[in-house]
Amino acid sequence: MADQKLIEDIVRQVLADMRKTPVKSNDFTDVLPAVGECKGDCLDITSPDCRTEQLITDAEDRDSLMRMKNKTSARIGVGRAGGRLRTQTLLTLRADHAAARDAAFMDVSERFLEELGLFTVRTTCADKNNFLTNPDAGKVFSGEAVEMIKSRCRMNPDVQICASDGLSSKAIEANLANILPAITDGFTARGITVGTPFFVKYGRVGAQDALSEIIRPKVICTLIGERPGLVTAESMSAYITYEARAGMPEARRTVVSNIHKGGISAVEAGAYIAELIEKILKAKASGVELTSE
Amino acid sequence: MPQILSVGIDIGTSTTQVVFSRIDLENTAGYFAVPHISIVDKRVIYQSDIALTPLKNQSLIDGEAVRELVRREYEKAGFKPSDVDTGAVIITGESARKENAEEALYSLSDFAGEFVVSTAGPDLEAIVAGKGSGAMAFSEEQGCAVVNLDVGGGTTNAVLFDCGEALDKGCVDIGGRLIRLRDDMTVTYISESAGKIAAAAGADIAVGRKATVRQLDKICGVMADLLYELLAGGEPSALLQEVRTPGSGDFHPVKDIRAVCFSGGVADLIYDDESDPIRYGDIGVLLAAAIRESRIFADFRVIRARETIRATVVGAGTYTTSVSGSTIDYSDGVLPVKNVPVLRLTDDEQSACFGGGATALREQLSWFLSQSGGENAAIAMCGDADPSYVAVNRLAEVIAEAADGLLPRGAPLIVIFERDMAKALGGRLKWVLNGRRPVISIDTVRVTDGGYVDIGRPLMDGMVVPVVVKTLVFQ
Repeated sequence: MADQKLIEDIVRQVLADMRKTPVKSNDFTDVLPAVGECKGDCLDITSPDCRTEQLITDAEDRDSLMRMKNKTSARIGVGRAGGRLRTQTLLTLRADHAAARDAAFMDVSERFLEELGLFTVRTTCADKNNFLTNPDAGKVFSGEAVEMIKSRCRMNPDVQICASDGLSSKAIEANLANILPAITDGFTARGITVGTPFFVKYGRVGAQDALSEIIRPKVICTLIGERPGLVTAESMSAYITYEARAGMPEARRTVVSNIHKGGISAVEAGAYIAELIEKILKAKASGVELTSE
Repeated sequence: MPQILSVGIDIGTSTTQVVFSRIDLENTAGYFAVPHISIVDKRVIYQSDIALTPLKNQSLIDGEAVRELVRREYEKAGFKPSDVDTGAVIITGESARKENAEEALYSLSDFAGEFVVSTAGPDLEAIVAGKGSGAMAFSEEQGCAVVNLDVGGGTTNAVLFDCGEALDKGCVDIGGRLIRLRDDMTVTYISESAGKIAAAAGADIAVGRKATVRQLDKICGVMADLLYELLAGGEPSALLQEVRTPGSGDFHPVKDIRAVCFSGGVADLIYDDESDPIRYGDIGVLLAAAIRESRIFADFRVIRARETIRATVVGAGTYTTSVSGSTIDYSDGVLPVKNVPVLRLTDDEQSACFGGGATALREQLSWFLSQSGGENAAIAMCGDADPSYVAVNRLAEVIAEAADGLLPRGAPLIVIFERDMAKALGGRLKWVLNGRRPVISIDTVRVTDGGYVDIGRPLMDGMVVPVVVKTLVFQ
């Protein structure tokens, strides 16, 4: 076949050319973009240095592009290879996606909870898969769990705080150790009594309604991992409700979201939440009812 | 929408002006986030006439006449000093060098409203004018370097904004009223710098003698060349060095200047031609023409200012006040505080404090208080965007200890951060100090070492406080 012969000729030609000019290893490194933080031979593609790297080498106005990139966490100014993302952009995107999946699928470390002195109560979800696929199961507790709460928790406090994995265990591990004492300090300074904090495994926001009915605090505050995204997997929210009861409208919850190192820091959010809860206690209302006061 | 009323008063070399502005505040954060109060709009709602600055003689401002002039403008605008929430009195150009400038300034700021700040200094003037002219906004919107030249009666203030940030500023004694004439061209006044420039231009003029338009043209040509030299940024000539305003910054732009903007009294004459060469009894018209024909127009893109002769007063009235971050802490009844000198810690000193080391702060604060001779100081630092609970506690202990050892009994402890962490730290400070002294802890405010700060009464349900960062040259 003529085609067969043509291909063989081309391959022979290429091989001959390659032998004439041996390929050196720095032929490749020279064409690679300059890298950010590089530990040994391995580049951390999720490092801040790597994220801010200029992948467009022939930008008309480099400074302006950098300014735009600094204003957003979106992947702008990353250039392209033909019609597609460059390898580095694609790998970072996949790494971020992997981090988001990990945050949702992993459990909060038991040791971490022990260090904070929190005991764990599980909702009726049997496992992670059950939790992710059956949201309602993450809002209720078995009789056994209710007994455990009753035996270990102080009843009828002004405020009950609980932490919950929700959709990001990483958010809890990243923020809880800093936000918990910041909130309780704020309560101590204001003379507000706080109940026994604990951790709710496989918990949805709505679990606070059931807990509130058991513990009967005036206000319940759930610190819960937000659904992870490609920008951060460590974002946490506080859902705060005055006299939460099962079946109440969602609009009665006050939310403080975006608690992570790129949003509002855990300690600053903690100080704010303590003040906010004081306001909620005074107004005897939360959510939309609080803002329309 | 919550609003604050702000006044701006500018006592310039040739004119004195008053403007009132409304500043609108709004919570721009979403319903589900921590509040973020920002200034969303600023509008000038009253502009005074442009009056000549009353002088007793060449070296004294007529303080009483200035006060009377301002009082009449308040009346015409329909505001009482007690209506005014914030603002600034600025004394600029040659007026700032009069013997009684300080006295005139303070008596006026006392009258103008409780929280109206007095401020002066050639570099500050340049920045204020550049904000008022719209040069800063242009630089921010376009993301480029813009120079504003505020060509007034006695001085030209230059400021370079890069992406909205004032990077470089300076002042030269070049202005429209440095040589004054009668209708018959008899010279009645030549300033010191104008004399030097005239000599360099080879124009033989003297007070009491008639000058020719040709001579004045030559002088103005040299002035325009000096301004070009200032912008071009090369090695400065001896003449340029001589006409630099004492105490002003060394304007020496290193950035590529994308655009030049003119404000000040002479600016209108630059943008719009005037046929009568000595219409105002000075060299303003001729200086404007010389600037228009100079290399500035050939080499740079010239943009039109939003405010020209009113740039400084509008800048003073609407741009001096900013608001703090929305998560802050302060003791009840401690605000407002005025004229507090700022001690800004370096990054190394800050790290030491975060680490629990108290020596660096104690030494710095002790030195600063003895230097400034003041009773109190605001402790400012960059801060940390995501500090740990332990670090915040350590920092609070360190700061409280330094305050207890060095600040007068019962004096408020004032801390200022750039990063959002003031509420966490303020709460801890209150706890540690246990009522021994009031606490003011604010953030999202940038201050430089050696500056002064005024912090006003809380706004928006106590969430934010108005803040003015300023300089006081007289001190």
